[in-house]
Amino acid sequence: MTNDIIILPLVVHLFFSILLMLFWNKVNFQKVVSMVGNAIALCVAIWAFIHVYNNGTQIVESGNWPAPFGIVFVGDMLAVTLVLLTAIAGFAVSVFSTISVIKARLRFGYFSVFHFLLLGLNGAFLTGDIFNLYVWFEIIIISSFVLISIGGEKNQLEGAVKYFALNFFASMIFLTALGVLYGLVGTLNMADISLKIAEVKDTTLVEISAVLFLVGFGIKSAIFPLYFWLPASYHTPPSAVSAIFAGLLTKVGVYALIRVFTLIYGGDSFLTTLLLFLAIMTIFSGGIGAIIQNNIKKVFMYFIICHIGFMIGGLALFTEVAMAGVIFYLIHDIIIKTNLFLISGLIYRIKATTNMKKLGGLYAHYPKLSLLIAIPLFSLVGIPPLSGYWPKISLILASFNAQEYWFFGALIFGSLITLIVIAKLWSEVFWKDQPKINFPKKFIYFDQLRLGQKFTFVFPVAFLTFVTLYIGFGAEHIQQLSQRIAMELMNNELYINAVLKR
Amino acid sequence: MEIILAIITGVLYASGIYMILRRSMVKLILGIILLGNGVNLLIFLLGRITKGQPPIIDSTEKALEGIYADPIPQALILTAIVISFGLQAFAIILVKRAYKVLKTDDLDQLNTTDEDS
Repeated sequence: MTNDIIILPLVVHLFFSILLMLFWNKVNFQKVVSMVGNAIALCVAIWAFIHVYNNGTQIVESGNWPAPFGIVFVGDMLAVTLVLLTAIAGFAVSVFSTISVIKARLRFGYFSVFHFLLLGLNGAFLTGDIFNLYVWFEIIIISSFVLISIGGEKNQLEGAVKYFALNFFASMIFLTALGVLYGLVGTLNMADISLKIAEVKDTTLVEISAVLFLVGFGIKSAIFPLYFWLPASYHTPPSAVSAIFAGLLTKVGVYALIRVFTLIYGGDSFLTTLLLFLAIMTIFSGGIGAIIQNNIKKVFMYFIICHIGFMIGGLALFTEVAMAGVIFYLIHDIIIKTNLFLISGLIYRIKATTNMKKLGGLYAHYPKLSLLIAIPLFSLVGIPPLSGYWPKISLILASFNAQEYWFFGALIFGSLITLIVIAKLWSEVFWKDQPKINFPKKFIYFDQLRLGQKFTFVFPVAFLTFVTLYIGFGAEHIQQLSQRIAMELMNNELYINAVLKR
Repeated sequence: MEIILAIITGVLYASGIYMILRRSMVKLILGIILLGNGVNLLIFLLGRITKGQPPIIDSTEKALEGIYADPIPQALILTAIVISFGLQAFAIILVKRAYKVLKTDDLDQLNTTDEDS
């Protein structure tokens, strides 16, 4: 039973979240346990990744029910890659949380809920059953509701109400889509649905269910007309929470879109046109939003929206080259967006604000730290040979080959606007002299921390920067991996045959 | 029977969405509850309604034959009810806390997070 390895990440997170509940008030002990738990989860994820990389797609049938009847967990390359990235981001954020999140928040079971969130993410990536996907989504959102509102500050509660309302609404739309789909095909296994949907005569109903899925996942992944909850809520919780949300919560929506629109509704012309339009609008609105913001966290939030457009557009092109670009971008984006919000937390600890107007002089006082922060910022822009550059080659090539010049233009626009905003941010925050403002007295600044605490602050950023550098300089490995995943996604009979054992 | 359920589902969806679009936070919760019930009824309806044919295999046979009631939609609804119950409980507490801190029930007043800070 060696293929059971693919559900081990779930078991590890479940075990640690329950274990952490037993030590509710012992915050310092929880910190250590959570870090150890995430380190173990990282090892397990690497193991699962290597196992699937060498042996191909692995299946675990729960309760030994054969595939179309029981719930299956499918570890294909896409799923285990995302599990690995979740583990990397989760480890970094858990280390960052131990130092940056105040004790008053940690006392209310922060770490336990954090492990539940990671459990939900891993489950969503690994499941092969569409209703089970819904259940994992619910685990993700209910954990995220707790994380966003823990602490109960005014801003947080306000953000939480908006976040709650739209995410719950998205879940209901998802459930509606699921109901319609079940009514059409009478099965819940995604591989089985993929086979049976071709036989459905009423294509209008199939398209309706597809659009419902698009709206449901679209709200979660913050695409063009449905993203307004994101800028209203993501900056309100502590930076560590924002980081895990930015890195993984919107990306799980993108993952669900990729999975559903390659496996079930592959290449429907109406849907691809719609997706392409939405992608272009997402890039434009996200980019324009980023340019007018003065708060670092808000700038980064609009970048999340802008760069979601790159992935959705690549999905809409629906060629193997574009899909490889999407997967590469997804890998790059999860690491970089998590890192950006950790950096915003670090800047907040140094200067007690994240407003660009009040910031300045970071380069003069912290040259080494500035160099470290420069790497993820330049990677985000996509300066060669850093990690943002490589997926854009695939995406631009694919859009040019498909003669989708609007998307081509949007990609260039998105990259350019990222460059402009990052240049503005760099000159405002790092090069400009510190403007004269009143620094709050009752605040523990970065300088006042002990060496060990400083190290804990910088280590997660350095760790994720190292991963980014590897993605940039080891681009050949990542590109091969992305091409392999793209090949598996575009030839979905590989997935179907593996699940149904034909 | 189907037509009545279909109409009820439609009414629940419409009233749920109407309530969500109102400005009051309490009505937001009511809307969410109505919408949740609408979805559950929809799944129940789309699983096809069959009367008097339980999905139990007779001891003399190997598989189900003919038209029988599908048990899966009921399992799905049960799961969905439990999940939405948990979420609704959370929502009520969240709105109560938000009301205490923000001192308003009007969603249009919730705009401090959009200010430049």
